[in-house]
Amino acid sequence: MKKTDVIIIGAGPVGLFAVHQLGIKGLKAVVIDNLDKAGGQCIELYPDKPIYDIPAIPECTGEQLTTRLLEQIKPFKTELFLNERVDEVRQEKENWVVKTNNNKEFSAPNIIIAGGVGSFEPRKISLKYAEKLEGKSVFYAVRNKEQFKNKKISICGGGDSALDWALELSKFSKITLIHRRNEFRGAQHTLSEIRKLEKEGKVSIKTPCQIESLDNENELKSITVKFDDGKTEKISTDVILGFFGLIMKLGPIAEWGLNMDKKTIEVNSKNFETNKKGIFAAGDICSYPGKLKLILSGFHEVALASVECFKRARPNEKYRFEFTTSSKTIQDRLGKK
Amino acid sequence: MPKITYKDCQGNSKTIEVENGLTVMEGAIQNEIPGIDADCGGSMACATCHVYVEEKWFDKLPKAEDAEVDMIDMAFEPKKNSRLSCQIIVNDELDGLEVTTPKQQT
Repeated sequence: MKKTDVIIIGAGPVGLFAVHQLGIKGLKAVVIDNLDKAGGQCIELYPDKPIYDIPAIPECTGEQLTTRLLEQIKPFKTELFLNERVDEVRQEKENWVVKTNNNKEFSAPNIIIAGGVGSFEPRKISLKYAEKLEGKSVFYAVRNKEQFKNKKISICGGGDSALDWALELSKFSKITLIHRRNEFRGAQHTLSEIRKLEKEGKVSIKTPCQIESLDNENELKSITVKFDDGKTEKISTDVILGFFGLIMKLGPIAEWGLNMDKKTIEVNSKNFETNKKGIFAAGDICSYPGKLKLILSGFHEVALASVECFKRARPNEKYRFEFTTSSKTIQDRLGKK
Repeated sequence: MPKITYKDCQGNSKTIEVENGLTVMEGAIQNEIPGIDADCGGSMACATCHVYVEEKWFDKLPKAEDAEVDMIDMAFEPKKNSRLSCQIIVNDELDGLEVTTPKQQT
C-alpha cells in the first residue's frame, strides 16, 4: 500500500492544479485516473477546441492547457496512476484507503475528488447477449492483437479507432466495417487505404447500417445488421469490436457514502470538504450554492481545499499562508534559486 | 413563447414554453425534463442530450453541422432523425416542435 498526504482522483485540469497547490505547501500527492493520459475532459472531449476563459491566457486548447499544467507541476515529481479506476474508499483509523480496479491500494489522510462527470468508459452494445459475450466475442478495446488473428471480425464505428484497427487487423483477419452512416469521421488517408483494401476484397464495408442482433448466445458465429432502408444481412462473425466513443459514468463514486445532488457531490464552499472529514470534491463534480462549472472555479476550489489538507496531514505544524513571489520555501519546492 | 413537447420512449410527454434563443436542451434542463443529461453543458462535446426529432420537424431544422453528426455517432442508439438538443435553438417557427428522448443517454 502506498502512503501519501493526498490522493487525487481525476487527472483533469483541476486534479493537476491540486498537485501544484498541495506541492507548494510541501504536501505529497498521487493522482489516479481511469483514462490512459492526463487531461480529463480537456483531452478526451475537446483537445483541439480553444478555451477563452483561463485568466491571463487569452486562448488555448484543451491539450495546451493540459501540457502547461503538467509542466507547472513537474517540480513536485508526482506519480500519475493512469488506466486505474478507483473502486473503493474505506476508512482505516485516521486515514482513507483507496483501492483501484487493478487492486492497487493507497492510503492518505485526505482525498480530493476532481472527477469531472465521472470516469470515461466505452459505450457498450446494448443488444441481447452482448454483455454475456463481452471479453469473449465482444470487445471495446484491443489490448493484445494476437488474440484477433485469423478471425472474422466485425468492427463497428466511424472514428479513428474503428478505422485504425480495421486497417491493422486486416493484415491477418477478415474484417467487416460497420457504420451507421456513409461518412466516416476518422482520418481520410486511413479511410482511403481501407477503400483500397475493400476493392481488393480484404475488407468489407457495410453502411449505413447498425447491428440488429447477435445471433448466438454462447459462441458468436454471426450477427445481423439492419440497413437504413430496412434490409437485413447476416454477417459471419467471431469477434465484434465496438468503437462507439466514450461516455462518462459517475460509477463507484456514488457508493462512497457522500451526500450527492444528482450526479454531483455536495461540499461546503469554505474548504470544499464533503460530509466526510478529509474527503474533498472540486471542479465539475462538486456542488454548492452558486457553483459554476468553469475550470477557473475548480482552480480556486483546490487552492482552498489544499489548506485544509495541510492541516489534516500536518496536525502538529502551523499553516502559514505564503506568496510564491516572496516565499523562499515555496521557491525551493519549485526548484527555483 | 414557442411550445416544445418532450416525449420519452414510453410515450409520456410534457409540453413546456421555451424562450426564444434557448436551446431545446436548455429548455429541458431548466424545466427538469428527465431523459436529457447534457453532461458537457452544451459544448457539443458529449452526446447525452441526444433526441429523436419528429419526422415532419426534422427537415425544418437547420441542418446539423459535421461536428454534431460526428458526435451523434457516439450517442445511444442513433437513428436517421437523431439530433443533439443543445444544437437546436428555439425560435417562433419551432412552435409545436416534438422531440423524443432515447431509452437512455449513457
